[in-house]
Amino acid sequence: MSPFRYARAADVSDAVRQAQAAGSRFLGGGTNLVDLMRETVERPTALVDVTGMPADIGESADGGLVIGAAARNTAVAEHPLIRTRYPMLSRAIVAGASAQIRNMATVGGNLLQRTRCAYFYDNGGSRCNKRQPGEGCDAIDGFNRYHAILGASPSCVAVHPSDMCVALAALDAAVNVESVHGARSLPFAELHRLPGDLPQIDTCLEPGELITALVLPPLPIARHSTYRKVRDRSSYAFALISVAAALDVQDGIITDVRLALGGVAHKPWRAHEAEALIRGKPPEPAVFLAAADAELSAAQPLPGNRFKIELARRTIAAVLSELAGEQA
Amino acid sequence: MTIAVNGTIVSLPDDPRVSLLDLLREHLHLPGTKKGCNQGACGACTVLADGERILSCLALAVQYEGRAITTVEGLATDEGLHPLQAAFIEHDGFQCGYCTPGQICSAIGMADELRRGVPSHVTRDLAAPVIALTHDELRERMSGNLCRCGAHNGIVEAIAETFAELVP
Repeated sequence: MSPFRYARAADVSDAVRQAQAAGSRFLGGGTNLVDLMRETVERPTALVDVTGMPADIGESADGGLVIGAAARNTAVAEHPLIRTRYPMLSRAIVAGASAQIRNMATVGGNLLQRTRCAYFYDNGGSRCNKRQPGEGCDAIDGFNRYHAILGASPSCVAVHPSDMCVALAALDAAVNVESVHGARSLPFAELHRLPGDLPQIDTCLEPGELITALVLPPLPIARHSTYRKVRDRSSYAFALISVAAALDVQDGIITDVRLALGGVAHKPWRAHEAEALIRGKPPEPAVFLAAADAELSAAQPLPGNRFKIELARRTIAAVLSELAGEQA
Repeated sequence: MTIAVNGTIVSLPDDPRVSLLDLLREHLHLPGTKKGCNQGACGACTVLADGERILSCLALAVQYEGRAITTVEGLATDEGLHPLQAAFIEHDGFQCGYCTPGQICSAIGMADELRRGVPSHVTRDLAAPVIALTHDELRERMSGNLCRCGAHNGIVEAIAETFAELVP
């Protein structure tokens, strides 16, 4: 691990001021960044510890929820209002990592965790455009079982690893950020980006911007929501495919739906096309499968992950059928 | 800059690169906590920070300034072994023993999470105020601790017996 300076931020303004120093990074629970530093994939010269920033979870004036970015993953998953109003978010969090890691990891850090592509981690042994721009990508012709089928580019086929973020994409969350230049809020869908020609850039945050809070809108449909993760072992593994979904059925017709996919792209994938095909239809497997087919029609699988198209298709239909069954 | 380890206040290292795991093993000579993968994949380094289970390999020691760390060395009292330690012996909850300190610290933290009502991946009813430590809940909640010897049956028996008040 390369040497670095460490300082604990006193408050948000102190944190963003300290982060102006070249080579500095914010440090949350450390569950991803410390590992990447040990592998010399990340080499910050200064760490600004932001675990002491606001971690409260509370109702907003409009009936939504505000979650301080320093809240630990476990605190979010166990919160009574999240369990009852946004169950897909609790379920997504407890589907990820292990209990020890969820006790350490912060919400802000979860949003900014980096891909677990093995070639990204293999510093010195493999080529990776995300780690070393312009170097090439060894995943495209390598072991790409876990890689993207949607929105990838010739320079990067990595996927975003977070489960929590898939739920947040489906929930139309917003992200509050702050820097020395001021505060702003951006839709969750605009936080992460597709790789294009700049796979080294994961998000649309400006340098020095700190995530201070997550904002969940009041969303009654989210009470009927869940998260399903399909992986190579039944616990403590990253997703092959995951589905976050919410469904509202009135008098035999789907009045509203939210659908997002994990394990398929460089960012949590909101399935807008499928949602549009589901609204107004009866909650039947054929409807769900047709919507999944439409969403996945743009998929470009790699030799090792062709199975993900059928797996995503079936998982989408199974999760939506489950939610429909609960409201029958 | 200090940290409490098993009730003793000690100084934190000057170099912020030192992990909590290396502080315990190399600086404080408490080798009970094990270094397995050193990348957050095996759970052998699990310790309790203010009663919560964490991975000491992914923790920079400086981040835990002022916190109270409990390792496997801190579980026994003058009265004898912690009941879970005794149960691991009784039920053969190990073969080589390398994962055992992490398993034991993890299970103690797990029991507290369950008493608090923290849900898991296999919890059916998220709204339930009380979650019972069923076989499936126990295995899911301990899935962050790997055992390459395959001593899982003994591990599960030892945990279920020790925390019998949580078992349905």
